[in-house]
Amino acid sequence: MSRPSFYRAAAFAALLMVSAALRAELQIEITAGVDKAVPIAVVPFGWSGPGAQPPRDAAAIVAADLARSGRFAPMDRKDMLQKPTTGAEVKFDDWKIQGAEVLVIGRVVQVAGDQYEIQFQVFDVLRGEQLLAYRQASSAADFRRNSHRVADRIYEILTGIRGIFSTRIAYVTAVGPAEKRIFRLIVADADGENPQLMFESTQPVMSPAWSPDGRRIAYVSFENRRSEIYVQDLRSGSRKRVSARPGVNGAPAWSPDGRQLAVSLSRQDGNLDIYTLDLDSQMLTRLTSGAAIDTEPTWSLDGQQVYYTSDSTGGPQVYRVPARGGTIQRVTFEGNYNARPRMSPDGKQLAVVHNDRGSYRIAVVDLARSYTQVLSDGRLDESPSFAPNGETLIYATREGKRGVLATVSANGRIKQRLSAVEGDVREPAWSPFPLN
Amino acid sequence: MTIVKNVAALLAVVLLAACAGPSKSTVDENAGSAAGAQGGAMSSGVGDAGAGQGSAMGGSALGGPGAAQENRVIYFEYDRFDVKSEYNTVLQAHGKYLSANPASKVRLEGHADERGSREYNIGLGEKRAQAVRNVLLLQGAASDQISTVSFGEERPAVTGDDEEAWTLNRRVEIVYGP
Repeated sequence: MSRPSFYRAAAFAALLMVSAALRAELQIEITAGVDKAVPIAVVPFGWSGPGAQPPRDAAAIVAADLARSGRFAPMDRKDMLQKPTTGAEVKFDDWKIQGAEVLVIGRVVQVAGDQYEIQFQVFDVLRGEQLLAYRQASSAADFRRNSHRVADRIYEILTGIRGIFSTRIAYVTAVGPAEKRIFRLIVADADGENPQLMFESTQPVMSPAWSPDGRRIAYVSFENRRSEIYVQDLRSGSRKRVSARPGVNGAPAWSPDGRQLAVSLSRQDGNLDIYTLDLDSQMLTRLTSGAAIDTEPTWSLDGQQVYYTSDSTGGPQVYRVPARGGTIQRVTFEGNYNARPRMSPDGKQLAVVHNDRGSYRIAVVDLARSYTQVLSDGRLDESPSFAPNGETLIYATREGKRGVLATVSANGRIKQRLSAVEGDVREPAWSPFPLN
Repeated sequence: MTIVKNVAALLAVVLLAACAGPSKSTVDENAGSAAGAQGGAMSSGVGDAGAGQGSAMGGSALGGPGAAQENRVIYFEYDRFDVKSEYNTVLQAHGKYLSANPASKVRLEGHADERGSREYNIGLGEKRAQAVRNVLLLQGAASDQISTVSFGEERPAVTGDDEEAWTLNRRVEIVYGP
């Protein structure tokens, strides 16, 4: 006698992906900035082209990016006495009087049908010097992204640090009552705009991880009512199941060369251990063994070491093991709970979830000095992820009973909160720098 | 960036899936848990596993597919996965039932409270399910009768971020079914 296959139907149900554009899901609010943000004037860009207007207000996007960094205070457009669009029109003394220390002007030129150029200049008002002049090409469709790139260049010329405004963030949302929850994997611009649905399921979705080239995301899906690891291509949307072994398949982390995933598998014996999985050959290499929970791997920058969480001495602590197997070393010693390490872009620090007097908070552990600094102040903070320039971390926290995202600068001084319109937001993962 | 989007045809499949789940079981109505409710759906027929209702032996309110709701959930201490002795009687009854009904199968769904990191909590849920599995094996169940899955903190039984909710969420649900 045959019965309807619940499992099979549930698997298909989980595979649905809809084309409906998501609303801008995240709203950003700066909750703490630096004491002295640099006053900057970003003058509305001029426009030259057969069309009525440029695809977007690039200067407004740039000003919002710089404001969000917490390090700059853009001047209100209404307060600008002049709105120059060429260098010849700039009168530095007037900007000094208005209190601007940095001036950005620009023009958007429609070169041909769908070819635009954002031409811009950055001036040091106090010295009366041009710091940068640059042309950023763009199509209409990529105008937002390229406006963020303009902000990246301005940020870099002013701070010496590469900007992250054109990077993206992956995160998971859970919406609806417990018995009808919908889990979504979403990729949005770093400012929360332009959210794109990657995957949607009635079963949990977890642990998104960017490939080093930013083109793929590995994650865990329970669409077949058990944990399985998938890799999805961002551009095409095609997805591939890369691990569905018996037991837990979890915590994927890309090797720096993008060829392997470090994963946590329980296989037949029920013990979670760290393995590396070669994506081409599907070959597994076991790095840890024993009864402990070994999970949440992250790679050293040179790909030689894998850091991970283990409860082999009781509570969870961070350990490391050579990526080809070898002697295990304990890394964290401060406090009774240090879990889910993530390597900083300079390889000098680990971000962890740290139990700070009963609260779960984001901390960074200095690897050379083994010193732990707590950065967040929530009660149930988790899932830290470094921005690719190392300046900022994004993590999951609570606002009332809802899960929201927050960012904190690596020095703990600049804080922002990103709330969803509805439901819980969790497990943020910051993308690498774009390739070009 | 273009992300693939349109697989709208699969929407229809979702509707199918909604219909496919057997719905006669109500054992988990009080649990308020999604995982529990789905587990309940799967355990709908006492005789589904092939033994047939007439031949099922040893089931009671303590153990087996007809067990009372409170005897289908094992709770755990914070960051622990050892089975407390208060569950000996209940697990003995489940083990005896499985031993007497070799065709019946059970699925152990391990869960954690929301505190701490998510994948570590998957590990805790798995350890808890394995701990219950080991007790059932000692009580005479065969290993091919038992499957385990960990949902970590992803499928809480109750919402809330206090000790009371956490206590109810650190659990293993015993789900009879195919």
